[in-house]
Amino acid sequence: MADLVLPAPSVRPASGQPVGRDPAWVRALVLILVVGFVGLFLLAPLAMVFVGALSKGVGPVLNALVQPDALSAIGLTLTVAAIAVPLNAVFGVCAAWAVAKHSFPGKAFLITLIDLPFSVSPVVAGLIFVLVFGLQGWFGAWLSDHDIKIIFAVPGIILATIFVTFPFVARELIPLMQAQGVDEEEAAATLGANGLQTFWRVTTPNIRWGLLYGVLLCNARAMGEFGAVSVVSGHIRGQTDTMPLHVEILYNEYDFVGAFSVAALLCLLAVITLALKALLEALEPRETGHGL
Amino acid sequence: MTGAAPPHRRSLFRRRSAVPGFGLTLGVTLLALSLVVLIPLSSVAIKAAGMGWPDFAAAAFSTRALDAYRLSFGAALIGAGINGVFGVLTAWALVRYRFPGRTLLNGLVDLPFALPTAVAGIALATLYAPNGLFGAALAKAGIKSAYSPLGVVIALTFVGLPFVVRTVEPVLRDLSVDVEEASATLGAGRLQTIARVVAPALVPAWLTGFALAFARGVGEYGSVIFIAGNMPFRTEIAPLLITMQLEQFDYASASAIAVVMLAVSFLLLFLINAIQAWSRRHQG
Repeated sequence: MADLVLPAPSVRPASGQPVGRDPAWVRALVLILVVGFVGLFLLAPLAMVFVGALSKGVGPVLNALVQPDALSAIGLTLTVAAIAVPLNAVFGVCAAWAVAKHSFPGKAFLITLIDLPFSVSPVVAGLIFVLVFGLQGWFGAWLSDHDIKIIFAVPGIILATIFVTFPFVARELIPLMQAQGVDEEEAAATLGANGLQTFWRVTTPNIRWGLLYGVLLCNARAMGEFGAVSVVSGHIRGQTDTMPLHVEILYNEYDFVGAFSVAALLCLLAVITLALKALLEALEPRETGHGL
Repeated sequence: MTGAAPPHRRSLFRRRSAVPGFGLTLGVTLLALSLVVLIPLSSVAIKAAGMGWPDFAAAAFSTRALDAYRLSFGAALIGAGINGVFGVLTAWALVRYRFPGRTLLNGLVDLPFALPTAVAGIALATLYAPNGLFGAALAKAGIKSAYSPLGVVIALTFVGLPFVVRTVEPVLRDLSVDVEEASATLGAGRLQTIARVVAPALVPAWLTGFALAFARGVGEYGSVIFIAGNMPFRTEIAPLLITMQLEQFDYASASAIAVVMLAVSFLLLFLINAIQAWSRRHQG
C-alpha cells in the first residue's frame, strides 16, 4: 500500500480530540483494566513462586536445591534439553531449507504436519510413545527381550520432549527464509560454491538470530515440559524425575518451600528466556509473535 | 516471490532450483517427521480402531468422559473468551499508548509461553486455595475458586493469555491511523470508526487468536491439575482422565479418549488455517 503522505494537520472532530488518540478517561480505563488483568493473571503467579520459595528465608531454598533428588532432577532436565534441542535445531534448519528454498507439491500440507505437535495435548504426546514402546506396545515384547527400557526411563522422556518441541525451530525459520528468498543462494551456486559452503557462508549469517530465537523457545519448552514427560517418566525419584516433575512430587508431599524453590529456578529460566527474547526482537524486529 | 531465476528445465515434480540440498533436507525432514510425529501418532488411532465400535463408544462416550470433555471444552471456551476481551485491550494499549512499564508489560505477556506449566499450576493453586491470597477473599464472597470448575477457567485463562494479544497486535500496528482520520473526516464518530473501520480489520486475527487459545486450553494439563481438584464427573479434565486410564493400564480406553481429543484438535487446526486463508484473500 503506497501511502500518500500529506503534511495534514491532525483531524480534530468536534470533541477537539485528535483522531486515533483516545480521550484521557478511555486511556485510563483501558490501562487500569489491562494492568489489573495482567497483574492478576501474570504478575501475581510469578510473584507467588518467589514468595512461596522465600517464605522461610534463603537457607531452606538453597537446602532444597542441593538435595540429591533435586540435583538429579536438574541434571536430567539439562541432559534432556541438551539432546532434544540440538536435534530439533538440525531438523528445523533442514525443514526450513527444503520448504523455504524450494517449491514442490504438498508444501503447505508438509508445513501443517510439522505444526501438528502444537495441537496435540501433551498427555496424548506421552500416550503415543507408551503405545509404541510400552510393555504392551508395538515394540514392547522385543524391547523387554533385549533388556532395553524406553518407557519409564530416560529415552522415553527424551522422545516425548522431542515430540512436543518439534515445530519450534522450523516454525521460526520457515517464514524468515521464505522472506529472504533464494537470490543469494543462487548467486553463490552460480559462482561455484557447493551446498555446504552456500549454507555456512551465505544462509547462516542471514538466519542466525532467527535460529537463536527458535532455539531459545524450544529450550524453554523442553526444560519446562510437564504433561508428556509425566506420562512416560514413571516418576522414579532420583532417576526419571525432571525438574517440573520434581516440583509436582514435592508439592504433593506438602513440601511447599521445596516445591517453590525448584519452581523458582524454573521461573528464573523463564524470565531469562523472556529477556533474551526481547533482546533478539530489538536486534531484529519481527512481524508476528511466536512461540505457541 | 523474489527468486526471479531464469526458467530451468521443468521436472515433473518441482521447478528446478539452483539451490542445492533439496533431496537431502527434504529426506531428513520427512524421516524425522515420520519417526517422531506421524508413526507414533498413528499408534493411538490404530489402538482405538482395534477396539471395535461398541467398546470404543463405551470408553470414549462414557458419562465420566462426557463430563470431562464438557469441562475441558467449556472452561477452554470461557478462558478464550476472557482472553478475547482483555487480549484486544492489551494489544490496543501496547500499540496505541506510551506509558511507563510498557516494555515490561510487553515482555510479561509472553510469560505463559516461557513458564513451565507445573510452575504456573502450583502458583495458581496456592493463590486461589481457600487459605490463599485470592482464594480467601473469594471464599468470603461465597465463591469457591480452587478445586472447582472456576479454578480450571482461571488456569486456562493464564495459559491462553498471549495468543489473542500476539495475533491482534501486528494487525493493529499495521492499521494506519490515516484510515481512522479518513473515517472521522467523513463524519463518523469515534465509536462508529471503531465499530466500522477498526473492528472488521481485527476480526480474522482475533478469531485466530481465540481459536489458538481455545485449542491450547482443551489439551492443557500441567497448569490445571493442581488447581482443579480432579474430582471425577466434576473437576476432572479430559487429559487427566487419559492419565487415569493409563495408570490402570487401560490403554484402549485412554486411546479412545485421545482420539476424540485429537479429532477436535485437528478440526480446530483446520478452522484456524481456513480463517487465515480467508483473511489473506480478503485483506491481501
